[in-house]
Amino acid sequence: MEFKANVPIYLQVIDDIKKKIVCGKIQLGDKLPSTRELAVAYRINPNTAVRIYNEMELLGICYTKRGLGTFVTEEIELYESMKKEMARFRIEEYVSEMKELGYDGSEMIIAVKEYLERG
Amino acid sequence: MLHCENLEKRYMTVTAIKDMTLDIEKGKIYALLGPNGSGKSTFMKIVAGLTRPTKGLVTMDGKPLSVESKKKIAYMPTEAYFYNYMNCEDVGKYYADFFEDFSIERFHRLMEELELTHKDKVNKMSSGMTAKLKLAVTLARDAHLIMLDEPLNGIDIIARDTIINTVIKNARDDNSIIISSHLVDELEKIIDYAVFIKNGSVALCGEAEKLRDTHGRSIVELYKEIYTAGGTMAC
Repeated sequence: MEFKANVPIYLQVIDDIKKKIVCGKIQLGDKLPSTRELAVAYRINPNTAVRIYNEMELLGICYTKRGLGTFVTEEIELYESMKKEMARFRIEEYVSEMKELGYDGSEMIIAVKEYLERG
Repeated sequence: MLHCENLEKRYMTVTAIKDMTLDIEKGKIYALLGPNGSGKSTFMKIVAGLTRPTKGLVTMDGKPLSVESKKKIAYMPTEAYFYNYMNCEDVGKYYADFFEDFSIERFHRLMEELELTHKDKVNKMSSGMTAKLKLAVTLARDAHLIMLDEPLNGIDIIARDTIINTVIKNARDDNSIIISSHLVDELEKIIDYAVFIKNGSVALCGEAEKLRDTHGRSIVELYKEIYTAGGTMAC
């Protein structure tokens, strides 16, 4: 994974994991890799990997079963809200860039509709 | 764990290190950054006990450096210094004789991880393989402080990845790792702390994530700023 220079690494990894959960690459209730495996997989500092799971636990995305490891939450509501949040984030990006190009709200909607119909 | 205070090292008329103060905490990975000749290797050699400081104090777990502290410090120099007639297995046995904390089992596991074979002869090895063997013998020790001097120098990107992964796997809560390099971007993601050395003293030192946050730049960008603009930034 390529990291952006201006966003903390732990946040970028959390976003990546969230994305994997939302698109189903990681299922609800799945066991997540150990912190060391996570560090190697993303080629990041092991203490950063610990921090990632701590932050994700605080956000309710995962929980620790003592002696067994870290698991993704089974709460479907959280999954739905994560999905909405990620979608919202992308919409914000789209809207701000389209504004820069001089489109207003209704023009943006027309552009999206046209794109979806014609491809 | 390791504490250095007002360290100075002069070689005749050259001052390699001057007024260097640095603390190394347990369980963390440090990058010692700086261009060639900034004093990184000299610092490591002092801590490894290979050369004595002209002035200043170095303590390991509160005690001055001694034969005892050397038992807990593993140092991997830049140059390879293996005997040509040896193969990997011989090198392992040779090291096992030198260091009490050297584990042959761990050495074998590291060799496997780094794709080295027992029969590989030292004089037939590529520079990438030699670098991996150097790393394997250093990490096969159960040291509290591990110092790796330029582990990525002159190594292709595939071998670099293997070396970095091996370093990550061997970082534990009870050891500290110091890696010197001028390949900043390779280290940026795997370190806890970045220490920028300039003209023999610490120009900037801090937690990698905090440095990125306070200065709003990546470690690579900070590096460029520190070593091209000529200015020193406050810690």
